[in-house]
Amino acid sequence: MKIRKNIAISDSGFLFNPSTGDSFSINPIGHEIVQMIQNEKSEIEIIDALTADYAIDKNTVEKDLYDFINMLKTHKLIE
Amino acid sequence: MEKKQYERPIIKSLNQGLMNKFGTRTEYMPVTHIDGVAVNELLQNYGSPLFVISERKIRENYRNAKRIFETRYPKVQFAWSYKTNYLNAVCNVFHQEGSWGEVVSRFEYEKALKNGVPGSKILFNGPDKMDDDLKVAIQNDSPIHIDHLDELYRLIEISNDMDANPRVAIRVNMDTGIYPMWDRFGFNYENGQAWDAINKIMANGRLRLVGLHCHIGTFMLAPSAYGIAASKMSELALQIKNRYGKIISYIDMGGGFASKNTLKGSYGLGADSVPEISQYAEAITSALLNAGFDNEELPYLYLETGRALIDDAGYLLGSVISNKRLSDGRRATIMDFGVNIMFTSFWYDHKISPAQEFGHHTEDCVLYGPLCMNIDVIRENVTLPPLKAGDHVVVHNVGAYNITQSMQFIALRPAVVMIDMKGQPHVIKRSEQLSTLEEGEVVPDYLSKFSL
Amino acid sequence: MSKPKYTIAVTGLNAIDSPGPGIAVIRALKEAESFDVRIIGLSYESLEPGIYMHDLVDKTYQVPYPSAGQQVLFERFQYINSIENLDFLFPNFDAELFNFITLSKRLEEELGIKSVLPTQEQFDARHKVNLFEYGKEHGIKVPFAKMVYGMNEIPAIANEIGFPLVVKGKFYDAKIAYSSDEAMKHFNKISAEWGLPVLVQEFVHGSEVNVCGIGDGNGVLLGAVPMRKLYITDKGKAWAGVSLDDENLLKVTRDLVAATKWRGPFELEFMKTNEDEYYLIEINPRFPAWCYLTVGVGQNQIEKLVNLGMGNDVEPFDTYEVGKMFIRYSYDMIVNMSEFEQISTIGEL
Repeated sequence: MKIRKNIAISDSGFLFNPSTGDSFSINPIGHEIVQMIQNEKSEIEIIDALTADYAIDKNTVEKDLYDFINMLKTHKLIE
Repeated sequence: MEKKQYERPIIKSLNQGLMNKFGTRTEYMPVTHIDGVAVNELLQNYGSPLFVISERKIRENYRNAKRIFETRYPKVQFAWSYKTNYLNAVCNVFHQEGSWGEVVSRFEYEKALKNGVPGSKILFNGPDKMDDDLKVAIQNDSPIHIDHLDELYRLIEISNDMDANPRVAIRVNMDTGIYPMWDRFGFNYENGQAWDAINKIMANGRLRLVGLHCHIGTFMLAPSAYGIAASKMSELALQIKNRYGKIISYIDMGGGFASKNTLKGSYGLGADSVPEISQYAEAITSALLNAGFDNEELPYLYLETGRALIDDAGYLLGSVISNKRLSDGRRATIMDFGVNIMFTSFWYDHKISPAQEFGHHTEDCVLYGPLCMNIDVIRENVTLPPLKAGDHVVVHNVGAYNITQSMQFIALRPAVVMIDMKGQPHVIKRSEQLSTLEEGEVVPDYLSKFSL
Repeated sequence: MSKPKYTIAVTGLNAIDSPGPGIAVIRALKEAESFDVRIIGLSYESLEPGIYMHDLVDKTYQVPYPSAGQQVLFERFQYINSIENLDFLFPNFDAELFNFITLSKRLEEELGIKSVLPTQEQFDARHKVNLFEYGKEHGIKVPFAKMVYGMNEIPAIANEIGFPLVVKGKFYDAKIAYSSDEAMKHFNKISAEWGLPVLVQEFVHGSEVNVCGIGDGNGVLLGAVPMRKLYITDKGKAWAGVSLDDENLLKVTRDLVAATKWRGPFELEFMKTNEDEYYLIEINPRFPAWCYLTVGVGQNQIEKLVNLGMGNDVEPFDTYEVGKMFIRYSYDMIVNMSEFEQISTIGEL
């Protein structure tokens, strides 16, 4: 799982894909996840990191993470 | 260290809906309390989903409407439309405020009597009055609003048998310039049916014609239509006086004022575009005042306003069961309440607020109910923060018709709580149990046993 | 004497192929002789070109869609006003006018933002479905029209007005029919798309002429420039047009403003028949996208409207140059992604 190269995210959560011209907005937690993927964290590591930081159970995070990754794939942001 | 508040990760394409003048609504300001009572607490104590009614709002609405009409017209009487919401606690708030009762069936009639409304202050409407219903209404001196000729003849016969002279009004339908025209109830004005019915009543002499009734439609967005209706009703009353020397004591303008809900397919928000009560009042009262009645012969104005007085006093609280991604990528959220208890979602885009704080990111989604049925859709498209399972929402403007039209289908119906003037919740209807439903059921002996 | 400087908020920055009037209005404001301006753009979408025209627009704020409701809109104005201290508001879209007319009193009293808009009654009365009655009331010729709720009403009306006739949607769309069958077909299609009622209107032969003008709300016409479109785009918008010398048309306009006491800017669309009769087809309750032509012919109506709203002396214009043309063109700006990002995420640029 790798975020396509050249993808830039600003602090405001604005994400631009220069190879397709699409732009997106993501919320802060989505931003964190993209950064972790860019840093080559595995899904399990991401889930652990989020449950450590946020008041939330593992099942919910896991379900939301897979859905989010699916959306990244749908938008062709993940190779 | 305290953990951060979690919000589901979302990503939204910015190229969507490019240069589109018709956008989505921004209605995601959280509503965490109703009349000072926390939504979370209500759901915890009384279960989810839950109807909540604000007594304060009902009284405010009523007093406001009463003041608006009474400053414009000297003789005004409201009658609470039972079919809009006939929970006894709700009806009694209206009765405490001075409202009479308006019913359209024997069952509602009994309910009003049982609540303690004097028979003479229950207006009996509707096309479905059986002989026995008419007898009881005559005995109680209730004004009977005659809907059709068959009813007129039956009423004369029954009155003859009882040697009684019941007080009656006829229901009149007419062209007020709006579409569709409600011509299935009552006697038509333009083609002379109404006048014909009046002549029959006057010629026979058994019935006392005391009023004229109309109800021109529902969720009426044109106050001017009420002006036209009130003019035609006045015209009729004056003709009766001219021909028979009989003074009509009341004109009942029925109901139909719109609430602040947003009709499906309308562009603006209902809250911005529906007329104010004062606009309806202005149209009706100026028509009556300008009709040419002698001052001492001004008829009473009866109003059967339902929806506009109760809709925004009712809330439905509910919880998220699950989130789904549909095949086309749209987000779907499944709630624990559906069209079974929110019948009005077929024609309104109800305002729905989250009941907890969120960040400023939002998602477009479809809101589904819990029923195993494709038509169970609460909102086809709504912009909300990322809700997760267990989160709560507040649906607004559900006070009218939802409780009376709810279906016991698939699920049991929830409890109804009223928050009193001091912010104290009271259960005014318990949630249904299996036993509630089986109360009237009978299983023949030979079907009582089986082995599998 | 030094000129006052007004901060003016303008919507309709969508200077695309079917342009909104915002950019034309701003150009006119920039050329005003009686005051200086700071222009605050109000946008609904991140790609409205005006947002990026920094020589015309000093700062742009995103505003909520009209469908979000008046309270949300008012709160956005409270925020914008706390930064910009607005003097005047110039709405330019039909769809937003309802909200701004309702809010205009609050905007002026609570935030000190002035505007010159038609009254709610004028706004409603000039709506397509009411126009025939409106014309009758004020002695203006309007093609006979009737609201139709069912297909079976069409033949009777067709008998009355003859063929061809025009079938129109409540908000958009118009089709010409040469037989009852065809009219019923159009009725079905239009009612499916735009809902009921559908308007069935008498067809008037002739050529279309338009007037851009201002009424002062007391029956006085403060300015009027008649124009004929010389060429239209495939979407029916003017591509080029020319100012006309037409005293009769001006008289019809003056009578209309006197009779209706119209307040604010307007665009009138007329059909001029071969017998030199003028039939009013539509009243748009705002300046049209071609309103910069009024500046070009010597009537800066946009400036006049602001002066009317700010309570300054306003004398009616009495002349304009005839035979001046406008020719519209489009232009590709080069914009950095970061600007798009800023307006998309923060809603300000």
